[in-house]
Amino acid sequence: MNPKQAQSVLKVLLFNICLLPLAWLGYKISINALGADPGKEVVHFLGEWAFYLLLASLAITPLRRITGINKLIRYRRMVGLFALFYAALHFVGYLFFLLGWQFADLIDDVVKRPYITVGFAAFFILVVLGATSTQRMMRLLGKNWQKLHRLVYLAALLSLVHLIWLTKSDYTSAAYYGGVFALLMLARVKK
Amino acid sequence: MIIKSKPSVLSSEITSESAYLNRRQFLKRTGQYALMAAAGSVLAGCTDADEKVIQTDASAIPAPGSPDWKQLLIDQRKPGPFATDEAQTPWADVTNYCNFYEFGTAKTDPAKNAGSLITDPWSVTISGEVEKPGTYNLEDILKPHALEDRIYRLRCVEAWSMVVPWVGFSLGDLLKRFNPTSRAKYVEFTTLHDPEQMPGQRSRLGSLPWPYKEGLRIDEAMHPLTVLAVGLYGKVLPNQNGAPIRLVVPWKYGFKSIKSIVGIRLLEEQPRTTWNQMAPHEYGFYANVNPDVSHPRWSQASERRLPSSLWNPERIDTRMFNGYAEEVAPLYKGMNLKMYF
Repeated sequence: MNPKQAQSVLKVLLFNICLLPLAWLGYKISINALGADPGKEVVHFLGEWAFYLLLASLAITPLRRITGINKLIRYRRMVGLFALFYAALHFVGYLFFLLGWQFADLIDDVVKRPYITVGFAAFFILVVLGATSTQRMMRLLGKNWQKLHRLVYLAALLSLVHLIWLTKSDYTSAAYYGGVFALLMLARVKK
Repeated sequence: MIIKSKPSVLSSEITSESAYLNRRQFLKRTGQYALMAAAGSVLAGCTDADEKVIQTDASAIPAPGSPDWKQLLIDQRKPGPFATDEAQTPWADVTNYCNFYEFGTAKTDPAKNAGSLITDPWSVTISGEVEKPGTYNLEDILKPHALEDRIYRLRCVEAWSMVVPWVGFSLGDLLKRFNPTSRAKYVEFTTLHDPEQMPGQRSRLGSLPWPYKEGLRIDEAMHPLTVLAVGLYGKVLPNQNGAPIRLVVPWKYGFKSIKSIVGIRLLEEQPRTTWNQMAPHEYGFYANVNPDVSHPRWSQASERRLPSSLWNPERIDTRMFNGYAEEVAPLYKGMNLKMYF
C-alpha cells in the first residue's frame, strides 16, 4: 500500500469513527431508550458532540507540533466539517424536537435568550467556515483564508459560553470543557 | 368566694382572616361541586370532602418499623377531592425522570443514586412559630391523617410537565396539629443534608447551597390543594421522588415541591429559598406557574407534556397557575404577579 492509499484508508476510517456517535444515537432512538423527554436528550447529545469535535479539530495543530507528524493536518478539515455536521443536526433538532417548527419562537429565542444567541452565532461561524473549506475557496481567499478561519476560536469560545449559560447549577462539566479549551489556546500562544 | 377570671382568648385560637377566607372559599366550592354532582354533570374525580382531619382507627395502623407499614397505610387511602382525567405519566417516567440535585443533575441520576437513602426511621422537626414544636417520628406525623389520592399536573420550571397520581394528605391539617401562633406568616421546609448519602451534595462546582430549602406563605400552605405526599401510584414513594415525605404544590413550578423533608419551620418573615437565593432574577419566591412571565432563558408559554414522543412532541399551552386558577387565584388578588413571580 503506497502512502496515498494509506491516507485514503485512514480518511475512510476517520469518517466512520466520526459517524459513530450518530449511530449510537440512532440505536438509542430505535430501542426507545432516551427516557421521558427524548427530544431534549437528542438535542443535548448532538450539541455535546459538535463541541467535542470542535475541540478535537483544535487539538490537531498542537498535536502535530508535539508529535512531529505533519500529516495530521490532512485530517483536520474532516473533523471540523463533522463538528459543523453535528452542530447542524443540533440546530435542526432544536427546531424540530424542542420548538416543534414554530419559527416565531425561534426568532424570539435568538433575540431574547442570550445562550441561544451565542449558540446561534457559533453555528453561523461554523457554516461560513464550512462553506469556505474547499481547496477552491482556499485558493480564492489566499492569505485571507487563514484570517477568516481563525474565527474557529471564537466559535469554540461562544460554544463554551452557550454551555455555561445554559447550566442551571453544577458547573463541573463546563469547567472540564473550559479547561480543555484553555489548554488548546495556551498551546498556540506558547510556540 | 374566689372569682376566677376567665382566661383571655389565646392568640392561636383566633382564626386568621386568610384562613377564615380560605375555609369559606373551600366550603363554597365544595358546595358547588356537590350541586354540580347532584345536577348530574360529569366531574372528573371531584368528590365531596371534609376539611377536618379524619381520624383513622388507631388499631388499623400497622406497627412502625414493620417492613411495609407505609404501604399498609397507603392501602387504606381514599379518593381525594382533587383529580384530573388527563392521561397519567407512566410510573417508569415519573420515577426515572427526576430533578433531585442531591443525587446528581442528570434526570436519570436520582433513580441511579437514591436507592441507598435511608428513609426509615425518619423524623421531621417542627419549629418556629408553633405552640407544639418538636421532633416527631414519621409515623407520628402520619398517624392522624387519612391518606388520599391526589392526581395533579406537575409543571417544571424547565418547561416540561407530567400528570402524577400522588398519595398524600393536606399540609394544612398537619400544621394545625402543632398550633401555629398568630405570628406564623410563612412556612419554611428543609431537605435532608447528608453528603454521605447524597452524592450531589459533594459536588465542588455545584452552586446550590445545601441543605435545600423552600417556603410558602401560610395561606398557600393551608390551601386544600397543598399536600404532603408519601406515595405514588398507590405505592410507597420511591426515594428518587422525595421519600419518605415530600411537598406537592401543584400550581407552582416543581422546584417548590421540596423532597425528603426533615424540617418544617413557621416564621414571621419570608424565608430564603434555595433557587431564589442562587438566581433571584430567574426563580422567584412565589414561582407560580405563569405563561406570561418568561424565565430569562426560555419562554414559559408552553410546555412539553411527558412522556413525549421524539417525532411527535406533545407541546401544549401552559395554563395560568397550572390550570388551578379557579382554586388559587384569590390568594393573589391585587398582587402584581410579574413583580412577585
